[in-house]
Amino acid sequence: MIRFESVTKRYEGGHEALREVSLELHNGEFAFLTGHSGAGKSTLLKLIALIERPTRGLVLVEGRNIGRLKPRQVPEHRRKIGIVFQDNKLMEDRPAFDNVALPLVIAGFNKREIARRTRAALDQVGLLDKERSTPRHLSTGEQQRVGIARAVASRPRLLIADEPTGNLDPELSLDIMNLFRRFNEVGVTTLIATHDLNLLEQLDYRRIELADGEVIDQGNIS
Amino acid sequence: MKTLTHYLSLHLRNCATALADLLAQPVATGLTVAVIGVALVLPASLHLLVQNGRVVVGGWESVRDFSVYLKIGTALENATAIADDLAAREIIDSVEVIPADDALEQFRSGFGVSELLDSMNSNPLPHTLVARPAEVATSAALTALEQEIRALPGVDQVRIDTEWVARLNAILDFLRRGVWIAAVMLVGAVIVTVGNTIRLDIQNRRDEIEICKLLGASNGFVRRPFLYIGLWYGVIGGIVALLLLGAGYLLLAPPVQRLTGLYGGGLELLGLDWVTLVAVLAAGILCGWGGAWSAVSRHLAAIEPK
Repeated sequence: MIRFESVTKRYEGGHEALREVSLELHNGEFAFLTGHSGAGKSTLLKLIALIERPTRGLVLVEGRNIGRLKPRQVPEHRRKIGIVFQDNKLMEDRPAFDNVALPLVIAGFNKREIARRTRAALDQVGLLDKERSTPRHLSTGEQQRVGIARAVASRPRLLIADEPTGNLDPELSLDIMNLFRRFNEVGVTTLIATHDLNLLEQLDYRRIELADGEVIDQGNIS
Repeated sequence: MKTLTHYLSLHLRNCATALADLLAQPVATGLTVAVIGVALVLPASLHLLVQNGRVVVGGWESVRDFSVYLKIGTALENATAIADDLAAREIIDSVEVIPADDALEQFRSGFGVSELLDSMNSNPLPHTLVARPAEVATSAALTALEQEIRALPGVDQVRIDTEWVARLNAILDFLRRGVWIAAVMLVGAVIVTVGNTIRLDIQNRRDEIEICKLLGASNGFVRRPFLYIGLWYGVIGGIVALLLLGAGYLLLAPPVQRLTGLYGGGLELLGLDWVTLVAVLAAGILCGWGGAWSAVSRHLAAIEPK
Protein backbone atom coordinates (compact mmCIF):
# COMPACT_ATOMS: atom_id res chain seq x y z
CA MET A 1 0.00 0.00 0.00
CA ILE A 2 2.73 2.46 1.03
CA ARG A 3 6.42 2.17 0.28
CA PHE A 4 9.19 4.63 1.06
CA GLU A 5 12.52 4.08 -0.69
CA SER A 6 15.42 6.12 0.71
CA VAL A 7 13.27 9.18 1.17
CA THR A 8 14.88 12.38 2.31
CA LYS A 9 12.94 15.54 2.98
CA ARG A 10 14.83 18.76 3.40
CA TYR A 11 12.77 21.89 4.06
CA GLU A 12 13.67 25.30 2.73
CA GLY A 13 16.21 26.67 5.13
CA GLY A 14 18.07 23.38 5.29
CA HIS A 15 16.31 21.48 8.06
CA GLU A 16 16.35 17.78 7.24
CA ALA A 17 13.10 16.32 8.59
CA LEU A 18 13.56 12.86 7.11
CA ARG A 19 16.80 11.10 6.18
CA GLU A 20 16.99 8.06 3.90
CA VAL A 21 13.73 6.64 5.20
CA SER A 22 12.71 3.25 3.80
CA LEU A 23 9.62 1.42 5.02
CA GLU A 24 6.69 -0.54 3.78
CA LEU A 25 3.11 -0.74 4.95
CA HIS A 26 1.07 -3.61 3.53
CA ASN A 27 -2.48 -3.62 2.41
CA GLY A 28 -4.85 -3.88 5.38
CA GLU A 29 -2.14 -3.26 7.96
CA PHE A 30 -2.57 -1.25 11.16
CA ALA A 31 0.56 0.54 12.35
CA PHE A 32 1.66 3.28 14.69
CA LEU A 33 4.28 5.82 13.80
CA THR A 34 6.07 6.83 16.96
CA GLY A 35 8.95 8.98 18.05
CA HIS A 36 9.65 12.13 20.00
CA SER A 37 8.19 15.38 18.72
CA GLY A 38 10.20 16.67 15.79
CA ALA A 39 11.27 13.16 14.81
CA GLY A 40 9.60 13.52 11.44
CA LYS A 41 6.23 11.80 11.99
CA SER A 42 4.15 14.66 10.59
CA THR A 43 6.47 15.12 7.64
CA LEU A 44 6.18 11.45 6.78
CA LEU A 45 2.37 11.67 6.77
CA LYS A 46 2.49 14.89 4.75
CA LEU A 47 4.56 13.13 2.11
CA ILE A 48 1.90 10.41 1.81
CA ALA A 49 -0.85 13.02 1.40
CA LEU A 50 1.34 15.06 -0.97
CA ILE A 51 1.10 18.10 1.27
CA GLU A 52 4.89 18.00 0.97
CA ARG A 53 7.04 16.46 -1.74
CA PRO A 54 10.14 14.38 -1.13
CA THR A 55 13.51 16.01 -1.76
CA ARG A 56 15.02 12.66 -2.73
CA GLY A 57 13.82 9.09 -2.93
CA LEU A 58 10.57 7.41 -3.91
CA VAL A 59 7.18 7.53 -2.20
CA LEU A 60 4.87 4.88 -3.62
CA VAL A 61 1.18 4.72 -2.74
CA GLU A 62 -0.66 1.75 -4.23
CA GLY A 63 2.32 1.24 -6.49
CA ARG A 64 2.24 4.77 -7.87
CA ASN A 65 5.23 7.08 -7.54
CA ILE A 66 3.38 10.08 -6.15
CA GLY A 67 6.43 12.32 -6.25
CA ARG A 68 5.93 12.48 -9.99
CA LEU A 69 2.29 13.56 -9.89
CA LYS A 70 1.59 16.93 -11.49
CA PRO A 71 -0.06 19.61 -9.32
CA ARG A 72 -3.41 19.06 -10.98
CA GLN A 73 -3.23 15.32 -10.20
CA VAL A 74 -2.75 15.98 -6.47
CA PRO A 75 -6.46 16.49 -5.60
CA GLU A 76 -7.38 13.11 -7.07
CA HIS A 77 -4.63 11.47 -5.01
CA ARG A 78 -5.80 13.14 -1.80
CA ARG A 79 -9.40 12.05 -2.37
CA LYS A 80 -8.23 8.42 -2.10
CA ILE A 81 -6.84 8.94 1.40
CA GLY A 82 -8.70 9.58 4.63
CA ILE A 83 -6.75 12.06 6.73
CA VAL A 84 -7.28 12.91 10.41
CA PHE A 85 -5.49 16.08 11.44
CA GLN A 86 -4.01 16.89 14.79
CA ASP A 87 -5.90 20.20 14.91
CA ASN A 88 -9.04 18.68 13.34
CA LYS A 89 -9.24 21.25 10.57
CA LEU A 90 -12.99 21.49 10.84
CA MET A 91 -15.08 24.34 9.47
CA GLU A 92 -15.96 26.05 12.76
CA ASP A 93 -19.16 27.70 11.60
CA ARG A 94 -20.67 24.68 9.86
CA PRO A 95 -22.61 21.86 11.49
CA ALA A 96 -21.02 18.46 11.95
CA PHE A 97 -23.07 17.13 9.05
CA ASP A 98 -21.59 19.67 6.59
CA ASN A 99 -18.08 18.93 7.81
CA VAL A 100 -18.44 15.22 7.33
CA ALA A 101 -20.20 15.68 3.99
CA LEU A 102 -17.45 17.88 2.55
CA PRO A 103 -15.24 15.14 1.04
CA LEU A 104 -18.36 13.59 -0.50
CA VAL A 105 -19.38 16.92 -2.01
CA ILE A 106 -15.85 17.31 -3.36
CA ALA A 107 -15.94 13.79 -4.78
CA GLY A 108 -19.18 14.67 -6.55
CA PHE A 109 -21.72 12.32 -5.00
CA ASN A 110 -25.36 13.19 -5.47
CA LYS A 111 -27.35 14.70 -2.66
CA ARG A 112 -29.06 11.53 -1.48
CA GLU A 113 -25.86 9.51 -1.44
CA ILE A 114 -24.09 12.33 0.43
CA ALA A 115 -26.78 12.32 3.13
CA ARG A 116 -26.71 8.53 3.41
CA ARG A 117 -22.93 8.18 3.69
CA THR A 118 -22.59 11.19 5.98
CA ARG A 119 -25.12 9.78 8.44
CA ALA A 120 -23.48 6.37 8.24
CA ALA A 121 -20.09 7.91 9.11
CA LEU A 122 -21.56 9.97 11.95
CA ASP A 123 -23.26 6.87 13.24
CA GLN A 124 -19.99 4.94 13.24
CA VAL A 125 -18.35 7.54 15.50
CA GLY A 126 -21.51 7.78 17.65
CA LEU A 127 -22.43 11.36 16.77
CA LEU A 128 -25.60 10.86 14.77
CA ASP A 129 -27.56 12.95 17.27
CA LYS A 130 -25.09 15.84 16.97
CA GLU A 131 -25.23 16.36 13.22
CA ARG A 132 -26.67 19.89 13.54
CA SER A 133 -24.09 21.03 16.13
CA THR A 134 -21.20 23.21 15.05
CA PRO A 135 -17.70 22.24 16.29
CA ARG A 136 -17.88 25.16 18.72
CA HIS A 137 -20.66 23.36 20.58
CA LEU A 138 -18.88 20.01 20.64
CA SER A 139 -16.31 18.77 23.13
CA THR A 140 -12.71 18.19 22.01
CA GLY A 141 -13.31 14.46 21.83
CA GLU A 142 -16.46 14.94 19.79
CA GLN A 143 -14.64 17.30 17.44
CA GLN A 144 -11.96 14.69 16.93
CA ARG A 145 -14.64 12.13 16.14
CA VAL A 146 -16.22 14.46 13.58
CA GLY A 147 -12.77 14.67 11.99
CA ILE A 148 -12.57 10.87 11.92
CA ALA A 149 -16.07 10.56 10.47
CA ARG A 150 -15.04 12.98 7.73
CA ALA A 151 -11.90 10.96 7.01
CA VAL A 152 -13.84 7.72 6.55
CA ALA A 153 -17.01 9.16 4.94
CA SER A 154 -15.81 8.53 1.38
CA ARG A 155 -14.63 5.03 2.40
CA PRO A 156 -10.94 5.38 1.58
CA ARG A 157 -8.69 2.33 1.50
CA LEU A 158 -5.99 4.22 3.36
CA LEU A 159 -6.42 6.18 6.57
CA ILE A 160 -3.68 8.31 8.07
CA ALA A 161 -3.95 10.19 11.35
CA ASP A 162 -1.60 12.72 12.91
CA GLU A 163 -1.76 12.67 16.73
CA PRO A 164 -5.52 11.99 16.76
CA THR A 165 -5.54 11.70 20.57
CA GLY A 166 -3.22 14.63 21.21
CA ASN A 167 -5.54 16.59 23.46
CA LEU A 168 -7.66 13.80 24.91
CA ASP A 169 -7.67 12.06 28.28
CA PRO A 170 -6.62 8.37 28.36
CA GLU A 171 -10.13 6.96 28.35
CA LEU A 172 -11.24 9.00 25.35
CA SER A 173 -7.97 8.20 23.60
CA LEU A 174 -8.64 4.51 23.88
CA ASP A 175 -12.16 5.07 22.49
CA ILE A 176 -10.69 6.83 19.47
CA MET A 177 -8.15 4.08 18.93
CA ASN A 178 -10.87 1.44 19.10
CA LEU A 179 -12.69 3.40 16.43
CA PHE A 180 -9.63 3.21 14.18
CA ARG A 181 -9.35 -0.53 14.90
CA ARG A 182 -12.92 -1.05 13.77
CA PHE A 183 -12.21 0.64 10.46
CA ASN A 184 -9.06 -1.44 10.10
CA GLU A 185 -11.06 -4.60 10.70
CA VAL A 186 -13.07 -3.91 7.55
CA GLY A 187 -9.88 -3.64 5.53
CA VAL A 188 -8.76 -0.01 5.75
CA THR A 189 -4.98 0.31 5.88
CA THR A 190 -4.29 2.55 8.86
CA LEU A 191 -1.23 4.54 9.89
CA ILE A 192 -1.42 6.58 13.09
CA ALA A 193 1.26 8.96 14.28
CA THR A 194 1.34 9.28 18.05
CA HIS A 195 3.78 9.82 20.89
CA ASP A 196 1.28 8.68 23.53
CA LEU A 197 3.33 5.83 25.09
CA ASN A 198 0.71 4.87 27.68
CA LEU A 199 -1.77 4.30 24.94
CA LEU A 200 0.66 2.28 22.86
CA GLU A 201 1.30 -0.10 25.71
CA GLN A 202 -2.35 -1.06 25.75
CA LEU A 203 -2.41 -1.84 22.05
CA ASP A 204 -0.39 -4.57 20.45
CA TYR A 205 0.27 -3.36 16.95
CA ARG A 206 3.27 -2.72 14.75
CA ARG A 207 5.22 0.36 15.73
CA ILE A 208 7.48 2.20 13.32
CA GLU A 209 9.79 4.35 15.38
CA LEU A 210 11.43 7.49 14.10
CA ALA A 211 14.25 9.43 15.72
CA ASP A 212 15.78 12.57 14.21
CA GLY A 213 14.32 11.82 10.83
CA GLU A 214 15.52 8.24 10.62
CA VAL A 215 13.69 4.95 11.10
CA ILE A 216 15.26 3.25 14.14
CA ASP A 217 12.70 0.44 14.44
CA GLN A 218 10.54 -0.96 11.66
CA GLY A 219 8.47 -2.97 14.16
CA ASN A 220 7.02 -6.40 13.60
CA ILE A 221 4.45 -6.75 10.90
CA SER A 222 1.37 -7.88 12.73
CA MET B 1 -24.55 11.46 -19.57
CA LYS B 2 -24.52 10.84 -15.85
CA THR B 3 -21.38 12.91 -15.42
CA LEU B 4 -22.88 15.73 -17.46
CA THR B 5 -26.06 15.85 -15.36
CA HIS B 6 -23.90 15.67 -12.30
CA TYR B 7 -21.67 18.48 -13.57
CA LEU B 8 -24.69 20.66 -14.34
CA SER B 9 -26.32 19.98 -10.99
CA LEU B 10 -23.04 20.84 -9.27
CA HIS B 11 -22.95 24.17 -11.12
CA LEU B 12 -26.59 24.80 -10.35
CA ARG B 13 -25.95 24.17 -6.67
CA ASN B 14 -22.91 26.47 -6.71
CA CYS B 15 -24.94 29.12 -8.48
CA ALA B 16 -27.78 28.95 -5.95
CA THR B 17 -25.42 28.82 -2.96
CA ALA B 18 -23.57 31.90 -4.23
CA LEU B 19 -26.82 33.86 -4.49
CA ALA B 20 -27.88 32.72 -1.02
CA ASP B 21 -24.46 33.77 0.35
CA LEU B 22 -24.89 37.24 -1.16
CA LEU B 23 -28.44 37.66 0.11
CA ALA B 24 -27.32 36.60 3.58
CA GLN B 25 -25.25 39.82 3.77
CA PRO B 26 -27.67 42.41 2.38
CA VAL B 27 -25.71 45.50 3.42
CA ALA B 28 -22.33 44.48 2.04
CA THR B 29 -23.92 43.08 -1.10
CA GLY B 30 -26.08 46.17 -1.52
CA LEU B 31 -23.09 48.50 -1.39
CA THR B 32 -21.07 46.51 -3.91
CA VAL B 33 -24.04 46.17 -6.21
CA ALA B 34 -24.80 49.91 -5.95
CA VAL B 35 -21.24 50.75 -7.02
CA ILE B 36 -21.54 48.42 -9.99
CA GLY B 37 -24.98 49.79 -10.89
CA VAL B 38 -23.87 53.43 -10.83
CA ALA B 39 -20.70 52.64 -12.74
CA LEU B 40 -22.73 50.91 -15.45
CA VAL B 41 -25.47 53.53 -15.58
CA LEU B 42 -23.09 56.37 -16.43
CA PRO B 43 -21.95 55.16 -19.85
CA ALA B 44 -25.40 53.74 -20.57
CA SER B 45 -27.15 57.05 -19.91
CA LEU B 46 -24.53 58.96 -21.91
CA HIS B 47 -25.16 56.53 -24.73
CA LEU B 48 -28.91 57.16 -24.55
CA LEU B 49 -28.29 60.91 -24.49
CA VAL B 50 -26.23 60.73 -27.67
CA GLN B 51 -28.80 58.40 -29.20
CA ASN B 52 -31.54 60.93 -28.52
CA GLY B 53 -29.38 63.74 -29.82
CA ARG B 54 -28.87 61.86 -33.07
CA VAL B 55 -32.60 61.40 -33.53
CA VAL B 56 -33.18 65.11 -33.00
CA VAL B 57 -30.44 66.08 -35.44
CA GLY B 58 -31.58 63.39 -37.84
CA GLY B 59 -34.97 65.08 -37.89
CA TRP B 60 -33.32 68.32 -38.90
CA GLU B 61 -30.90 66.89 -41.38
CA SER B 62 -33.62 66.45 -43.97
CA VAL B 63 -34.26 70.13 -43.67
CA ARG B 64 -31.76 71.25 -46.24
CA ASP B 65 -33.94 74.06 -47.54
CA PHE B 66 -32.21 77.32 -48.00
CA SER B 67 -33.62 80.83 -48.04
CA VAL B 68 -32.96 83.58 -50.57
CA TYR B 69 -33.77 87.04 -49.31
CA LEU B 70 -34.39 89.57 -52.06
CA LYS B 71 -33.59 93.27 -51.83
CA ILE B 72 -36.26 95.42 -50.24
CA GLY B 73 -38.40 97.00 -52.91
CA THR B 74 -37.96 94.24 -55.46
CA ALA B 75 -41.21 93.76 -57.37
CA LEU B 76 -43.11 90.55 -56.72
CA GLU B 77 -42.99 89.75 -60.47
CA ASN B 78 -39.20 89.87 -60.36
CA ALA B 79 -39.26 87.54 -57.35
CA THR B 80 -41.42 85.07 -59.25
CA ALA B 81 -39.08 85.33 -62.23
CA ILE B 82 -36.05 84.53 -60.09
CA ALA B 83 -37.99 81.66 -58.49
CA ASP B 84 -38.78 80.22 -61.92
CA ASP B 85 -35.14 80.59 -62.92
CA LEU B 86 -34.05 78.66 -59.83
CA ALA B 87 -36.72 76.01 -60.18
CA ALA B 88 -35.56 75.34 -63.73
CA ARG B 89 -32.16 74.16 -62.45
CA GLU B 90 -31.56 70.49 -62.05
CA ILE B 91 -30.06 70.88 -58.60
CA ILE B 92 -33.25 72.47 -57.25
CA ASP B 93 -36.35 70.44 -56.54
CA SER B 94 -38.85 73.18 -55.83
CA VAL B 95 -39.02 76.85 -54.94
CA GLU B 96 -41.65 78.55 -52.84
CA VAL B 97 -42.18 82.28 -52.97
CA ILE B 98 -43.09 83.99 -49.72
CA PRO B 99 -44.25 87.50 -50.55
CA ALA B 100 -43.22 90.22 -48.11
CA ASP B 101 -46.84 90.82 -47.06
CA ASP B 102 -47.38 87.16 -46.19
CA ALA B 103 -44.15 87.08 -44.25
CA LEU B 104 -45.26 90.15 -42.32
CA GLU B 105 -48.56 88.49 -41.53
CA GLN B 106 -46.80 85.34 -40.34
CA PHE B 107 -44.44 87.38 -38.28
CA ARG B 108 -47.26 89.38 -36.73
CA SER B 109 -49.29 86.35 -35.64
CA GLY B 110 -46.37 84.21 -34.59
CA PHE B 111 -44.13 86.43 -32.54
CA GLY B 112 -46.40 88.86 -30.74
CA VAL B 113 -44.67 91.97 -32.01
CA SER B 114 -47.68 93.44 -33.84
CA GLU B 115 -47.49 96.76 -32.01
CA LEU B 116 -43.92 97.24 -33.04
CA LEU B 117 -44.79 96.38 -36.64
CA ASP B 118 -47.80 98.67 -36.60
CA SER B 119 -45.59 101.57 -35.64
CA MET B 120 -43.60 101.09 -38.84
CA ASN B 121 -44.66 102.88 -41.96
CA SER B 122 -43.54 100.29 -44.42
CA ASN B 123 -43.01 96.51 -44.43
CA PRO B 124 -39.43 95.86 -43.24
CA LEU B 125 -39.42 92.36 -44.66
CA PRO B 126 -38.28 91.39 -48.15
CA HIS B 127 -39.80 88.84 -50.49
CA THR B 128 -38.27 85.49 -49.68
CA LEU B 129 -37.70 82.40 -51.77
CA VAL B 130 -37.42 79.05 -50.03
CA ALA B 131 -35.65 76.57 -52.23
CA ARG B 132 -35.45 72.82 -51.60
CA PRO B 133 -32.36 71.25 -53.15
CA ALA B 134 -32.61 67.92 -54.97
CA GLU B 135 -31.68 64.84 -52.97
CA VAL B 136 -28.55 64.34 -55.07
CA ALA B 137 -27.19 67.83 -54.42
CA THR B 138 -23.82 67.67 -52.66
CA SER B 139 -22.82 70.31 -50.20
CA ALA B 140 -20.07 71.43 -52.59
CA ALA B 141 -22.63 71.91 -55.35
CA LEU B 142 -24.84 73.82 -52.93
CA THR B 143 -21.98 76.11 -51.98
CA ALA B 144 -21.34 76.84 -55.66
CA LEU B 145 -25.04 77.46 -56.18
CA GLU B 146 -25.07 79.81 -53.22
CA GLN B 147 -22.34 81.95 -54.86
CA GLU B 148 -24.25 81.97 -58.12
CA ILE B 149 -27.55 83.00 -56.58
CA ARG B 150 -25.89 85.67 -54.50
CA ALA B 151 -24.68 87.29 -57.76
CA LEU B 152 -28.16 87.45 -59.28
CA PRO B 153 -29.65 90.94 -59.55
CA GLY B 154 -32.20 91.61 -56.81
CA VAL B 155 -30.78 89.05 -54.40
CA ASP B 156 -29.74 90.41 -51.03
CA GLN B 157 -28.73 87.35 -48.97
CA VAL B 158 -28.59 83.60 -49.26
CA ARG B 159 -28.77 81.55 -46.08
CA ILE B 160 -28.02 77.86 -46.00
CA ASP B 161 -28.83 76.56 -42.54
CA THR B 162 -27.33 73.10 -42.79
CA GLU B 163 -23.95 74.10 -41.44
CA TRP B 164 -24.84 74.08 -37.76
CA VAL B 165 -26.46 70.69 -38.21
CA ALA B 166 -23.11 69.40 -39.38
CA ARG B 167 -21.48 71.02 -36.36
CA LEU B 168 -23.96 69.40 -33.99
CA ASN B 169 -23.29 66.08 -35.65
CA ALA B 170 -19.58 66.54 -35.08
CA ILE B 171 -20.28 67.29 -31.41
CA LEU B 172 -22.38 64.15 -31.14
CA ASP B 173 -19.60 62.07 -32.72
CA PHE B 174 -17.25 63.51 -30.17
CA LEU B 175 -19.66 62.63 -27.37
CA ARG B 176 -20.07 59.14 -28.75
CA ARG B 177 -16.35 58.58 -28.48
CA GLY B 178 -16.58 60.00 -24.99
CA VAL B 179 -19.16 57.36 -24.15
CA TRP B 180 -16.72 54.66 -25.22
CA ILE B 181 -13.90 56.06 -23.15
CA ALA B 182 -16.19 56.42 -20.12
CA ALA B 183 -17.47 52.88 -20.65
CA VAL B 184 -13.98 51.39 -20.80
CA MET B 185 -12.85 53.24 -17.66
CA LEU B 186 -15.96 52.40 -15.67
CA VAL B 187 -15.89 48.77 -16.75
CA GLY B 188 -12.34 48.73 -15.42
CA ALA B 189 -13.60 50.25 -12.17
CA VAL B 190 -16.28 47.57 -11.85
CA ILE B 191 -13.77 44.78 -12.46
CA VAL B 192 -11.48 46.22 -9.78
CA THR B 193 -14.42 46.62 -7.35
CA VAL B 194 -15.64 43.07 -7.80
CA GLY B 195 -12.08 41.76 -7.73
CA ASN B 196 -11.40 43.48 -4.44
CA THR B 197 -14.65 42.29 -2.86
CA ILE B 198 -13.93 38.72 -3.90
CA ARG B 199 -10.38 39.04 -2.61
CA LEU B 200 -11.71 39.93 0.85
CA ASP B 201 -14.16 37.05 0.58
CA ILE B 202 -11.31 34.66 -0.20
CA GLN B 203 -9.36 35.94 2.79
CA ASN B 204 -12.36 35.45 5.07
CA ARG B 205 -12.79 31.89 3.90
CA ARG B 206 -9.13 31.03 3.86
CA ASP B 207 -9.47 28.18 6.38
CA GLU B 208 -12.36 26.65 4.51
CA ILE B 209 -10.43 26.80 1.23
CA GLU B 210 -7.41 25.18 2.84
CA ILE B 211 -9.56 22.39 4.28
CA CYS B 212 -11.16 21.77 0.89
CA LYS B 213 -7.75 21.51 -0.72
CA LEU B 214 -6.58 19.11 1.99
CA LEU B 215 -9.56 16.90 1.28
CA GLY B 216 -8.72 16.77 -2.40
CA ALA B 217 -10.73 19.61 -3.90
CA SER B 218 -9.52 20.64 -7.33
CA ASN B 219 -8.75 24.27 -8.10
CA GLY B 220 -11.94 24.36 -10.14
CA PHE B 221 -14.00 23.22 -7.18
CA VAL B 222 -12.53 25.94 -4.98
CA ARG B 223 -12.76 28.58 -7.70
CA ARG B 224 -16.35 27.99 -8.75
CA PRO B 225 -18.27 29.49 -5.78
CA PHE B 226 -16.31 32.73 -6.09
CA LEU B 227 -16.88 32.94 -9.83
CA TYR B 228 -20.61 32.53 -9.27
CA ILE B 229 -20.55 35.22 -6.59
CA GLY B 230 -18.88 37.53 -9.11
CA LEU B 231 -21.45 36.56 -11.70
CA TRP B 232 -24.30 37.42 -9.34
CA TYR B 233 -22.71 40.74 -8.44
CA GLY B 234 -22.67 41.51 -12.17
CA VAL B 235 -26.25 40.40 -12.77
CA ILE B 236 -27.68 42.30 -9.81
CA GLY B 237 -25.49 45.33 -10.59
CA GLY B 238 -26.77 45.28 -14.16
CA ILE B 239 -30.37 45.14 -12.97
CA VAL B 240 -29.71 48.07 -10.62
CA ALA B 241 -28.27 50.02 -13.56
CA LEU B 242 -31.37 49.28 -15.65
CA LEU B 243 -33.66 50.37 -12.82
CA LEU B 244 -31.69 53.62 -12.48
CA LEU B 245 -31.97 54.19 -16.24
CA GLY B 246 -35.72 53.56 -16.09
CA ALA B 247 -36.10 56.00 -13.19
CA GLY B 248 -34.08 58.61 -15.08
CA TYR B 249 -36.30 58.14 -18.12
CA LEU B 250 -39.48 58.57 -16.09
CA LEU B 251 -38.07 61.75 -14.54
CA LEU B 252 -36.91 63.23 -17.85
CA ALA B 253 -39.77 62.28 -20.18
CA PRO B 254 -42.34 64.91 -19.02
CA PRO B 255 -40.01 67.93 -19.25
CA VAL B 256 -38.72 66.73 -22.61
CA GLN B 257 -42.28 66.42 -23.84
CA ARG B 258 -42.97 69.99 -22.73
CA LEU B 259 -39.80 71.19 -24.38
CA THR B 260 -40.51 69.55 -27.72
CA GLY B 261 -44.10 70.77 -27.43
CA LEU B 262 -42.74 74.31 -27.35
CA TYR B 263 -40.71 73.60 -30.47
CA GLY B 264 -43.71 72.33 -32.37
CA GLY B 265 -43.58 68.74 -31.08
CA GLY B 266 -42.80 65.67 -33.11
CA LEU B 267 -39.99 64.47 -30.86
CA GLU B 268 -40.26 61.70 -28.32
CA LEU B 269 -37.59 60.81 -25.76
CA LEU B 270 -36.06 57.50 -26.75
CA GLY B 271 -36.22 55.03 -23.91
CA LEU B 272 -34.22 51.91 -23.26
CA ASP B 273 -33.94 49.77 -26.37
CA TRP B 274 -33.27 46.04 -26.31
CA VAL B 275 -29.71 46.41 -27.48
CA THR B 276 -28.81 48.77 -24.64
CA LEU B 277 -30.67 46.61 -22.13
CA VAL B 278 -28.82 43.47 -23.17
CA ALA B 279 -25.54 45.38 -23.41
CA VAL B 280 -25.85 46.72 -19.85
CA LEU B 281 -26.65 43.27 -18.46
CA ALA B 282 -23.91 41.62 -20.49
CA ALA B 283 -21.40 44.25 -19.37
CA GLY B 284 -22.44 43.62 -15.76
CA ILE B 285 -22.03 39.88 -16.09
CA LEU B 286 -18.69 40.15 -17.88
CA CYS B 287 -17.38 42.60 -15.29
CA GLY B 288 -18.56 40.50 -12.36
CA TRP B 289 -17.16 37.29 -13.76
CA GLY B 290 -13.97 39.00 -14.93
CA GLY B 291 -13.38 40.66 -11.58
CA ALA B 292 -13.95 37.40 -9.74
CA TRP B 293 -11.64 35.58 -12.13
CA SER B 294 -8.85 38.09 -11.66
CA ALA B 295 -9.13 37.84 -7.85
CA VAL B 296 -9.42 34.08 -7.83
CA SER B 297 -6.51 33.47 -10.17
CA ARG B 298 -4.25 35.71 -8.12
CA HIS B 299 -5.23 34.68 -4.59
CA LEU B 300 -6.44 31.09 -4.62
CA ALA B 301 -3.22 29.57 -5.85
CA ALA B 302 -1.45 31.20 -2.90
CA ILE B 303 -3.54 29.17 -0.44
CA GLU B 304 -1.80 25.83 -0.22
CA PRO B 305 -2.05 23.61 2.85
CA LYS B 306 1.17 23.31 4.84
